[in-house]
Amino acid sequence: MITRDDLKYVAHLARLNLSDKELENFTGQLEEILRYINKLKQVDINGIEPTSHVFPQKNIYREDQLKPSLPTKEVLKNAPSKQGDFFKVPKVIE
Amino acid sequence: MISNGMKLNTLTCHELQELIKGKKTTSSEIVKDVLEAIETNDKKVKAFVAVKPIPTDSQASSDISGIPVAIKDNICIQGQKTTCSSKILEGFSSPYDATVIEKLKNAGATIIGITNMDEFAFGSSTETSCYGATRNPWDLARVPGGSSGGSAAAVASDETILALGSDTGGSIRQPAAFCGVVGLKPTYGRVSRYGLIAFASSLDQIGPITKDVADNAILLNIIAGYDPRDSTSVDIDQPDYKKSLINDVKGMKIAIPKEYFVEGMDKEVKQALEEAIVVLKKLGANFKEVTLPHTDYAVATYYIVATAEASSNLARFDGVQYGLRATPAKTRRSFMIDMYEETRGLGFGAEAKRRLILGTYVLSAGYYDAYYLRAQKVRTLIRRDFEEVFKEFDCIITPTSPTPAFKIGEKTDDPLSMYLSDIYTISVNLAGIPALSLPCGFTKNNLPIGLQILAKPFAEETIFRVAYTYEQNTVWHKQKPKL
Repeated sequence: MITRDDLKYVAHLARLNLSDKELENFTGQLEEILRYINKLKQVDINGIEPTSHVFPQKNIYREDQLKPSLPTKEVLKNAPSKQGDFFKVPKVIE
Repeated sequence: MISNGMKLNTLTCHELQELIKGKKTTSSEIVKDVLEAIETNDKKVKAFVAVKPIPTDSQASSDISGIPVAIKDNICIQGQKTTCSSKILEGFSSPYDATVIEKLKNAGATIIGITNMDEFAFGSSTETSCYGATRNPWDLARVPGGSSGGSAAAVASDETILALGSDTGGSIRQPAAFCGVVGLKPTYGRVSRYGLIAFASSLDQIGPITKDVADNAILLNIIAGYDPRDSTSVDIDQPDYKKSLINDVKGMKIAIPKEYFVEGMDKEVKQALEEAIVVLKKLGANFKEVTLPHTDYAVATYYIVATAEASSNLARFDGVQYGLRATPAKTRRSFMIDMYEETRGLGFGAEAKRRLILGTYVLSAGYYDAYYLRAQKVRTLIRRDFEEVFKEFDCIITPTSPTPAFKIGEKTDDPLSMYLSDIYTISVNLAGIPALSLPCGFTKNNLPIGLQILAKPFAEETIFRVAYTYEQNTVWHKQKPKL
């Protein structure tokens, strides 16, 4: 059973501000979706390895070579707020 | 327009190349006809979010040089707005080209415009876009499918010659089926995703949406290949896919999974599929019923894996480096976290929020093993089901979608029923295999029906051969919607 408080907690973990109406709608919908998803509990997964990637690839390395990267000006072009060569953000600590 | 009055936008890429080679037309004439079609049709279809032709290397000589290509709004083009049809990326202009865009430019294609999509590819109907819904060219009251609905609708309404989409759980194949065009999800790793804005990294793949099978092979030739900038792209020989356009399926072994013929499949879809099987049997293919025992668990597995990965990928949209930033009231305590929460609350639409919450929930402390890890294990079983079948068979044939295009608004308040409409396409992404949808008939109401062909990893050639043979012996791909 998912409560409105559970949803509020998860929304905070996801850094999402939800309106009262969204909280109400999503609580019921999440409950319904989880009920559906719970059908996976019927599957016998004993001794089965998880698939995180479909092909057995790991540790892809590249040569440690200098290559051009985007100039700072280009990188900052889309910033909603900037100062000098920095992204500007609201206060993080008090 | 050429001398006999034929509109160039109604032709395929390979037909246009013949005309260009015979000096009967030019790239600028083709672009002109395509732009006219957009001007006339797109008021109704709303496939494009931006139309801004980017002419590329006019000296290039390739199978697609001078040919217009429409690009889904989640593939980065340098200096163009790329927004994933989301308010949170409002105003974002990409500082670089995706690898597939670089390849199109080098091949001399003309990028004609940016197509509409479900916000961040979260959807099966192109209704969740911040720009509003795209309409199905065959019936404007219906959805074009999704999430690459804009690309599929643009191809179907002759508003472009070629298009690119992306497919995480069916987002190329289901809109191709709903719009009566050809859409391929290549093998995971076949096409570089560098510059594709990520949804679910273990599932996403870019692919071609075209008017026929030959064009699909031609466009895959251009975009496929290993790319060191995408560590999931696979360094493997790339065939010339045009060579797999062979009109012959004699002796090929095709499997029909019995689990796909279940309740919920529309009668007309079932009939069209049965007739398609008859066509291929007459051409000499051998059919046998097989079992994919874990099919019933695919949708549940997908909605755990895909939303979990999305919740992580979309953490980057936080109002710091690009896109929208909300300004919270200064009376609250921690300004930074307030800014994140308000920006994301304001910038994401309802479906995006729903999926981010589900994804965060299944990854959260105490639930990880029960949901995410379990889903990854079931994914292994789904993948093995396919491996078993492909030991004996060349390909698998299924419908692309259990129903034809549904009405706009029909499923928007019922997320679970929307998720279940992807039931035939989702397993393919979980298994990483390639699959293509092509037209195989029409309903009484003149809505297209799609046939899906699946093969083992990197066997796109087998898919093209079966699809080409079927297409050359049927007429469905020649039908056009009346707009």
